[in-house]
Amino acid sequence: MTEQDTATRETAAQLVEAFLKQRREQIAQRWADAPLFRTVFTVSRDEAVEACKGVVDALAEVLAGGRPEDITAPEFATVREQLGHVAASRARGGATPAQIADDVAALRPPVTELLRAEFADPSGVQAGEAVLLLSVVMGTLRLVVMETALSAGEELMERQRQQLLEVATPVIQLWDGIVAVPLIGTLDSARSQVVMESLLEAIVDQRAAYAILDITGVPMVDSLVAQHLLKTVAAARLMGAECIVSGIRPAIAQTIVHLGIDLGTVVTRSSLADALAYALARQGIAIPAPSASRVSPS
Amino acid sequence: MEAVSRPVTAELPIGSDADLSRVRQRVRQAATDLGFGLAQQTKVVTAASELARNTLVHGGGGLMEMTSLDDGHRRGLRLSFVDHGPGIRDVELALTDGYTSGGGLGLGLGGARRLMQHFTIDTTPGQGTTVTVEAWEQGVPTARRGTP
Ligand SMILES: Nc1ncnc2c1ncn2[C@@H]1O[C@H](COP(=O)(O)OP(=O)(O)OP(=O)(O)O)[C@@H](O)[C@H]1O
Ligand SMILES: [Mg+2]
Repeated sequence: MTEQDTATRETAAQLVEAFLKQRREQIAQRWADAPLFRTVFTVSRDEAVEACKGVVDALAEVLAGGRPEDITAPEFATVREQLGHVAASRARGGATPAQIADDVAALRPPVTELLRAEFADPSGVQAGEAVLLLSVVMGTLRLVVMETALSAGEELMERQRQQLLEVATPVIQLWDGIVAVPLIGTLDSARSQVVMESLLEAIVDQRAAYAILDITGVPMVDSLVAQHLLKTVAAARLMGAECIVSGIRPAIAQTIVHLGIDLGTVVTRSSLADALAYALARQGIAIPAPSASRVSPS
Repeated sequence: MEAVSRPVTAELPIGSDADLSRVRQRVRQAATDLGFGLAQQTKVVTAASELARNTLVHGGGGLMEMTSLDDGHRRGLRLSFVDHGPGIRDVELALTDGYTSGGGLGLGLGGARRLMQHFTIDTTPGQGTTVTVEAWEQGVPTARRGTP
């Protein structure tokens, strides 16, 4: 970039910044009717206008900051928060990040039109420079909103995941005083927290003396999963219930041994049925073992 | 024996819990594709889970490089876990079962070494850590001479 270019660019930045400050009201009035804001601020248009003014102010600050093409420019922080709400609300309404990006792109023509009108010669070099700069900063704004919308989408997914966790962790009452949780999938920290809470609750509610953690559906037990299991067992014990871990498949038994995890104090059974038989026997209820039932008792 | 490695087949980021489960899924897939048996798949996935979590928790994030190997007789999988975190000052201590600088069981590193066939740590305090492991196809056991 030559010195001449730099000078022109600076002037353009000052021009556009001054324009944004001066025409703040008009720009905000036009933007308030754009889909991005209209669909979110359905109750009061004034609210939409206020939000738009916030965006105009932030853009002016970005230009003053001199980094119109940088999505990490600190001056975008206020817009990020402002538009974060807007984008999140659009996302909740079912808009995809691409649609939201289009909505932001739609903000450019009205403001460009207003900017051109400021110049005596709207097709002159000076107007061209200013419009170009405005396009750059609006393009950056679009990226900023995209980014915010994407993370809003992630938050939404996270919330849904959380809900799924809760329904996917049913505590079943197998017998009087015996509850069981069939675990499916990887036991990450969030999930094991939910498992522990629902299990402890069930132990109290059902006055359970035995709790069975069935891990047939758990694909892998690493040291973190093991730690979660051990903690759950210890917590159940504190509530006065004995925990039985069932469904440890051969491949998983091997890795547990290689890892050096000590399940020594935990009662384990190969299947849920065996675990139930164990708990019943401990309560003094004898049931014939599955294999023995085929042999007629004498 | 020098392993002939094909180019890196995948590079996965490790920056969140979601990345950890992606790492496990991809490693499981790769081990299955290579024809590893269920026991070995489980070992490889478990080791990857331990090392990826160390990269995230202790190394502050990084990436995993996955390379498929072929030495002409057997196929294998090499996994490298790379971070630019604090590094490990005392590798022997870190490998000791039960040693943890956090609230873990302190079994991940030593466990991963036992689960895999090759295990190397390249670490510089203040620079970062790279842990590389390899698993090789166990192959069909060759019939012993004299066995009927
Ligand atoms: N990538 C790494 N960067 C820095 N330090 C590490 C790294 N990996 C391991 N360490 C150090 O080695 C120690 C032992 O690791 P190891 O995985 O065995 O146990 P842990 O992670 O503490 O617990 P867990 O049993 O849950 O894995 C860690 O506590 C940490 O201090
Ligand atoms: Mg670890």
